[in-house]
Amino acid sequence: MNRRTLAKAALYFILSVGAISMLAPFVWMALTSIKQPGEVFAAGGGIKWLPEHFFWRDTIVDCAKYRAWWGNYPDAWNEINIPRLYMSSIFVAAVGTFGQVLTSAMAAYAFARLRFPGRDKLFFAYLATMMVPGSVTMIPLFVILRKMHWINSYSGLIVPGLFSAYGTFMLRQFFMGLPAELEDAAKIDGSGYMGIWMRVILPLSKPALATLTTFTFMGFWGSYMWPLVITVTEPLRTLPIGLRYFVGQHATNYTQLMAGSMIAVVPVLLLFIFNQRYFVEGIKLSGMGGK
Amino acid sequence: MNNAKTKPVEKRTSARRRETLAAYGFLAPNFLGFLAFTSIPVIISLFMSFTHWNIFKSPAWVGFENFSSLLGFHHEDARLVPNDPFFWQYVYNTVYLMIGIPIGMMGSLLIALMMNQKLKGIVFFRTIYFLPAVCSGVALLILWKYLYNADIGLINQMIRSVGGALYSSPATGLMTTVLLAIFFGLTMIGCVALIMLLVMYICSRLGLQWKEGIYRVLLIAFGSGVFIAIGAYGGAVHSAILSFISTPPDWLGTVQWAKPALIVMGLWGGLGGYNMILYLAALQGVPSSYYEAAEIDGAGPWAKFWSVTWPMISPTTFFILVMSIIGGFQSGFMTANVMTGGGPAGSTTTIEYYLYQTAFEKFNMGYASTIAWVLFGVILILTLATWKLGGRVVTYE
Repeated sequence: MNRRTLAKAALYFILSVGAISMLAPFVWMALTSIKQPGEVFAAGGGIKWLPEHFFWRDTIVDCAKYRAWWGNYPDAWNEINIPRLYMSSIFVAAVGTFGQVLTSAMAAYAFARLRFPGRDKLFFAYLATMMVPGSVTMIPLFVILRKMHWINSYSGLIVPGLFSAYGTFMLRQFFMGLPAELEDAAKIDGSGYMGIWMRVILPLSKPALATLTTFTFMGFWGSYMWPLVITVTEPLRTLPIGLRYFVGQHATNYTQLMAGSMIAVVPVLLLFIFNQRYFVEGIKLSGMGGK
Repeated sequence: MNNAKTKPVEKRTSARRRETLAAYGFLAPNFLGFLAFTSIPVIISLFMSFTHWNIFKSPAWVGFENFSSLLGFHHEDARLVPNDPFFWQYVYNTVYLMIGIPIGMMGSLLIALMMNQKLKGIVFFRTIYFLPAVCSGVALLILWKYLYNADIGLINQMIRSVGGALYSSPATGLMTTVLLAIFFGLTMIGCVALIMLLVMYICSRLGLQWKEGIYRVLLIAFGSGVFIAIGAYGGAVHSAILSFISTPPDWLGTVQWAKPALIVMGLWGGLGGYNMILYLAALQGVPSSYYEAAEIDGAGPWAKFWSVTWPMISPTTFFILVMSIIGGFQSGFMTANVMTGGGPAGSTTTIEYYLYQTAFEKFNMGYASTIAWVLFGVILILTLATWKLGGRVVTYE
C-alpha cells in the first residue's frame, strides 16, 4: 500500500465517523417513534436502539400490538392536526416568498440599472438597515399591527416579511453583473422598462432568483419568533408553532413527540435530498455577496 | 436652426424624466413596505426605549431611566452592584454560547478541506453533513432535548454502556483513563498550537514580528505543563471518570452543563451546513496554478495551506465571522423557548430571550426596546471593529 491509498482510507474513515454521528440522532428519532411508550427505558445499562416488537418478527401478527407500535403516528397526527399546520405553513411561506422575491426584483432593477436622483443614498439606507436586529423592529411592529387589528391574521404573519433589504441587495449585485448589450438591443426594439425587466433581466437571472426563492422560503418555513408572537388561535399556527404546543402537552411522552417530529422533518428531508445540488449551488451564489 | 439644436436636449431630459419615473415605479412597492415595516418601526422603537410602556396604558416619557436601570450600577454596602444583575448574567450567557463560533468555523473548514478532495461518493457525505442544517427547527430541538435526557437519552445510555464495558475491570479501566488523558492532552496542545499559528499570522499581517523560537518554547512549556498536571491529578481524574460513567449528568438540568450541551448541539447542526458550503466554494475558487507555483518553490502540504489556501479564503473567513457575530448576539431564543425555558437558574437565557420575556410576557415594551437598542449598539460596535481589523488582515485579490 502506498501513501496515497493510506491517506484516502484515513479520509474515508474520518468522514464515515462524522457521518455516523450526524445520522445517529435521526436514526434514534425514527426508531423511538415506533417504540411503545414503556420501551424508551433501557434496562441493564445498554443502549436500546430497536423496538422490542417488529411486526415481521413475530410469527402471528397481533392487530392490537401492531396498532401500538405504529400507533404513535395516528395519535400525533390526530392531536396536532398536521394537515392544517402544513397547509398554514405552506400558504404563509409561498405567498411571503412570492411577494418578497417580486418586490426585491423590482427594487433591485431600479437600483442596478436605472438612474434617478438620490439612488446611492437610498441604497445605502437599505444596506444600513440590514444591520438592525429584528428584535428592534419587532416590538413596535407588534404595537402597530395591534392597532391595525392584524394580530392573529395571515396579513400580520405575511405582510411585514414581504420587504427585504437583503433580497434587494443580493439581486442588485447579480443584476449589476449582467451584460448591458441585450438590454440595449431590447431598447432599440422599442421595449419599455417593464418589457426589459420582464423579458431580459428576469430570464437572465434565473439562478439568482432561484437562490433567493429557496432561502426566503426556508426563512418563512423555519420562522419561529414572529409567528409565536403574532398567532393566538390554533388555525393560524404554522408548523413550528404547532410542534411547540405539542411539546407543551406531552412534556415527557417521547415516543409520540418523536412521531410528531418525524412527520414534520421527513418531507423537508426528502425534498432536500432530491434537490441538494440546487441548494449547494445556491449557497455558493449567495456567498459571493461577501466577497 | 435653433429648433434643431434644442431638440435632442429636450428629448434627453424627457427620457431622463421617464427613466426616473420608471425607477420610482419599480421601487414603490418595496420602498413603501420598507418605510412602513422597517424605517418607521425603528424610529418608534427608539422613542419607546425612553418610555415606560405597559402596552395597555399610554406611554410615559422617562428619559434615560431605562438605560440607567439596564446598564447602570449603584453602591450597596460600599460595593458596586448592577441595577439589573439579570441582564449582565444573560450577556455572559450569550457570549459564553458564542464559544461555538470559532470552534464551528474551524470544524467547517476542516470538513470543507476533506470535501474538496477528489473522492468517490463525496456528494453522499456532503448530503449527510448538510441534513441538520436543512431541517433546523423545533423538531430537532425536541429531538436533542430527548437525546440529552438524563435517564432515557441516547447520550447517557451511550456513556453508561460504552463506559461500563470499558471500565468493567480495573485493568481496562486504567488503560482507558491513560489513553483518554493522552488524547485529551494532545488535543489541548494541538488547539493551542493552532491558536498560536493564527495569532502569529495575524501579527505578521499587522506588521508585528514574532520569533519562531518563542513560539516553540511556549508550546513545549504548555505541553509539558498539561502532562504534568494530568500526571499529578491522575488518580482524581480516574475516580471522576468512574463516577461520571455511573451517574452521567442531567445535561440540560444542571447549571454547569447546560451551556456546553447547547454548544455541542449547535456544532452538530452547523459544522456541515452553510459555512462549510461557503468554505467549499472558496476552496474551489483558488486557482490551481497558485498551488503549482508553491510546489515548484518546494512547499509541502502544510506550507501550501498557510501560504496559499488560508490567505485566498480569508475573505470567506471574514464574511462568516462577521455574520456569525451578528447572528450570535441575536441567538438563543428558540432553544430557550423550546428546550430549557431559559433555565436552570437562568443559565441558558440569552439577551434575545430576555427581550422576548420582557416584551411579551411582562408586556414591558419600553424596557424591552431599550434592551433591543443596547443589543443593536453592541452588534454595531463589534461589527465595525471586526471590519476595521479585517481590512488589514484579509487578503483581497
